[in-house]
Parts: sequence; structure tokens; C-alpha cells
Amino acid sequence: MTTVSPSLEVERKTPFWKKLGRVPWTWRITIGYLTVMLFIPIIAMFLKASTEPPARFWAIATSDVALATYNVTFVTAIFAALLNGVFGTLIAWVLVRYDFPLKRVIDATVDLPFALPTSVAGLTLATVYSDNGWIGSLLAPLGIKVSFTRTGVAVAMIFISLPFIVRTVQPVLQEMEREIEEASWCLGASQWQTFWKVILPPLFPTILTGVALGFSRAVGEYGSTVIISSNTPYQDLIAPVLIFQRLEQYDYSGATVIGIVLLSISLVLLLAINFLQAWARRYDSR
Amino acid sequence: MTVDKPSFHSSASDTDIAKPKEQKSWVPILLIGIAIAYLALVQYIPAINVFVQAFSKGVGPFLSNLTRPAFLHAAWLTLLLAVISLPLNTVFGLCAAWAIARHKFPGRAVVLSIIDLPFSISPVVAGLMIVLLYGRNGWFGPWLQAHDIKIIFAFPGMVLATAFVSMPFVAREVIPVLEEFGKDQEEAARTLGAKDWQIFWRVTLPSIRWGLLYGLILTNARAMGEFGAVSVVSGNIGDQTQSLPLFVEDAYKQYETEAAFSAAVLLALLAVVTLVLKEILERKTRIKDVE
Repeated sequence: MTTVSPSLEVERKTPFWKKLGRVPWTWRITIGYLTVMLFIPIIAMFLKASTEPPARFWAIATSDVALATYNVTFVTAIFAALLNGVFGTLIAWVLVRYDFPLKRVIDATVDLPFALPTSVAGLTLATVYSDNGWIGSLLAPLGIKVSFTRTGVAVAMIFISLPFIVRTVQPVLQEMEREIEEASWCLGASQWQTFWKVILPPLFPTILTGVALGFSRAVGEYGSTVIISSNTPYQDLIAPVLIFQRLEQYDYSGATVIGIVLLSISLVLLLAINFLQAWARRYDSR
Repeated sequence: MTVDKPSFHSSASDTDIAKPKEQKSWVPILLIGIAIAYLALVQYIPAINVFVQAFSKGVGPFLSNLTRPAFLHAAWLTLLLAVISLPLNTVFGLCAAWAIARHKFPGRAVVLSIIDLPFSISPVVAGLMIVLLYGRNGWFGPWLQAHDIKIIFAFPGMVLATAFVSMPFVAREVIPVLEEFGKDQEEAARTLGAKDWQIFWRVTLPSIRWGLLYGLILTNARAMGEFGAVSVVSGNIGDQTQSLPLFVEDAYKQYETEAAFSAAVLLALLAVVTLVLKEILERKTRIKDVE
């Protein structure tokens, strides 16, 4: 680690444009690509939103339809992420701690939602959970409708966010020292007490990180949710679909305002996840 | 998101470790049962359903669905999208990984988060951004119209959207490998008089090849499977700007469920191939770790 590439040594006397000439070309490609693909589009969107008078921006952002979509989107996503927080942790625990037939296959298939295109997920979930589908037909006599309701949106969000929780918790569980558990057993704690008081506290920030990642993905999810939802305003219309509908009506400012709201929430979540990961690292034994 | 599989075997019947008091043998069985039941409800049954529905009327109708012009065009577009996005994001990913892993500078965490942004932005918002830039009323709209270039509701827009959502994969997979392998060998090569591209080609690339391949597979899966962003910018015009995921949704909305599932099977196979390759690569990298 002795040589630092000279391009990054800051010399105060050289003018800016001369320094620019010495920036390695890898940096130039990286910055150039990010600028064209990411920075300019984001700036364009914020500038487009800033052309609206603040009062009008606020009116669009908090219109009844918009508020109803936030409710459906965020509340359903929180529900899906929390449910996966419980079951995803359980799946990670089972995969790390126990041996059973087909374990490797089950481990590999956890990533299916990453690999399966979202429209396919939406299509098959909508079919399976419809009134005459494999699972939906069992629920229909109980008066539970899933497809084309808000419950269906929740199922799609559960599908899409599950791997985030499992894959965040799994490596941390793997590295946890069994000695601590064994010590707790030696001191006479039951398995349940050990899990609750020894394993869960250091694992908690990690689970929370996974839940936040899953929530962030569920909020933005479009492909599977648009297919399984009936897209009825005030019932199961989600924010990304509302953006799409506004665009179809050529209502660019309406779409932009809702888009800014979603984007801002994504950015806040990204910050929160970074803090959570820093917090989780404090528990790292390494 | 690579996960090492545990090398030790721990089960409730292990004898060489301490036992908690009141060790219950039914607890693991119950937990495994719950885990598999949950996965079945959320993942396995829907996944099996894709294949069953596609072949419910036999192979004949399935094959005739796959020879429809609209389907063939969608498949062709999907392939093109992946073929164009892959090299773009590979070059960017390698440059970004090199820039980040090989230089110590303040704010690295920020740069990493910026590269991750396309994952946290909703695909619909990503599509909207592209429309606001290149659409008729967008920033570049007037200029594009004057030069008669169509981006929105046309193929170039679909490429932009696809490249956007699959941007971070290569960089993310290569950065940890580059950091782990360090730069000693590269510097040794440099002192022996190797040129930059020789170092890259003969020293760096062989050491990051599995990570890079992993990134490529993930990029390809996302590029072929992206729905939201492409849907916003393409206008989803049948026979013209319809990729396979869009074809699936469109066919379903037209109540052509069979056609939808025929196309969905292909995309599901893509997912299966992706998962299998992922597993193989994870084993490869793990075997290298053991060595």
C-alpha cells in the first residue's frame, strides 16, 4: 500500500483543468457514465418538479388519490417486510443450523425472486391466488379473496422482498460463535431463553437492515403488483401504478410530483439502511 | 450477496457439543417444516404453476404460441436489449470497480451508495426520469425532434431503461474480489515492465473472472426480465416495442392466458438457468477460498 497514484495527490497550485487532465481514464468513464445515466436524469426530474409552484406541488402530492396510494403502498410494504422479517429470519436460521434433505436446493431457490422477471411473478401469483387457482380456491370458501385485492398486493410484495431478509441475516448467523450459545446452555438457559437473550440482540440490527432493504424494494415494486392488483383507486392502487397512469394521460407534472415523493423516500431509506449497517457492524466480532 | 454454505454439520443429534437442557428433538423438525411451508406458499407453488399452466393443453398449443410473430418479435427485442446493456454495464462496472477498489479516498461509502442507487429507485421512477429527459416535452425533446430521433416509445429508450436498472451488478460483484486480491501482483507485473492493458488482461482479469461472470449473469437476468422501467418508456406497442416481460403482461390483460404462460415459461427457464449458474459460481469461489 505504498504507492498512491499521482493523479489523486492534491496539489493546490495547479489549476483545476490541468488536474482534470491527469484523472485516470477509468475514473473518467465511471463519472461520465454515472453522469449521463444517473445524475442528469435525477437532476432533470427535480428541476421539472421545481417548475411547479410549491402550493401546487403540495396539492398534487397530497391529493386524496395520492394519499390513498401512499397508504396502500407503504402500509402494505411495511406489513410484507415485517412478516418476512420473522419468516426470513426463521428460514435463515434453518438453513444455517440444521441439516435436512434437499437443503442445498432450498438454499439456492431462496434467490428465485431476484432471478424471476417480475411480470412472470405477477402472472403466476395472480393465477395461483385467484378464486379458481391452486391456493385461492382453498381460501375462497373462507371468504378470503387475494388476487385483485390489497391482500394480493401484499402477497406480491412478500414474494419480492423475502430474499433480502434471508440473504442479509444468513451470513451473520453463520459467523456467530456457537461458544456463546453453548456457554449460555452451560449456565442453564433453555434453548428458547438462549435464542431470545443471546442470539437475537446482536442479530436485531441485521434483521432490521434486511427488513429495510425488503421494504425499499416492495415500495418500488411495479411488475408483479400491477398484475395482481385490480388497480382501483382508494382500494389497491399503489403509487408506482399511479405514476404510470398519470404518464398515460400525459399529465407529466402529476407523474413527476408523485415520482419525487417516491424517489425522496427511496433516498431516505438508502441513508437509513447505511446507518443500520453501520450499527450492525458494531456487533461484528471481527 | 454471496453466501458461504456452512462446512460443519450441525444437527440436533450432534454429540460432541454442549447440549442445552431440555433439548427438544421436535423443535428443528417443526422449524424446518414452517420454513418450507412458507417458501412453498410464496415461491414453490407459484413457480410450479408457471410450468403446469403452460403445458396444461399439451405441447402442441404451447409450441404454436411460441411461433406467433408478436412473441418472436418480443423474444428478439429481449435478446437485443441484453446484448446491448451487457457490454455497456460491464465496461462501466469494471472501471468503477477499479476506481473504487484501487484508490483510497474519502467518501468511498458515498460513491458505493451512488452506484447502488438504481436498485433503490423504483423502476417506474427510473422510466419516468428517462421520459422527462428524452420525451417530447423533455430537456432534449426539441433537439431530438429537430433531428428526427425517436427515443421514447422506441427501442433506444428501452435500451436506456434496461441499462439503468442493471447498472450496479458488475461493479458490486467485482469490487470485493478486487479488494481481496490486492494489488501486489499488479505492481509486480508493472515492475517487470508490463503495460496497463497487459496487467489488466493477464493479471487482474484472471483473478476477478468468477466475480465478473457472476455480475454478468445477474446483469443479464435483470436486463432480460426488466418490466417496470421498460414499460414506462416503451409505450408497450405490440409487435414494435414489446419485450418478453411486457408481452407476458399484455397477453394476460387480453385474456390470452395460455400465450402469457408460454412466454412466462421461457423467462422462468432463464431464472432457473441463472440460479443454477449462480450456485456453480458460488461453489467455485468457495473451493478457491478453501485452497
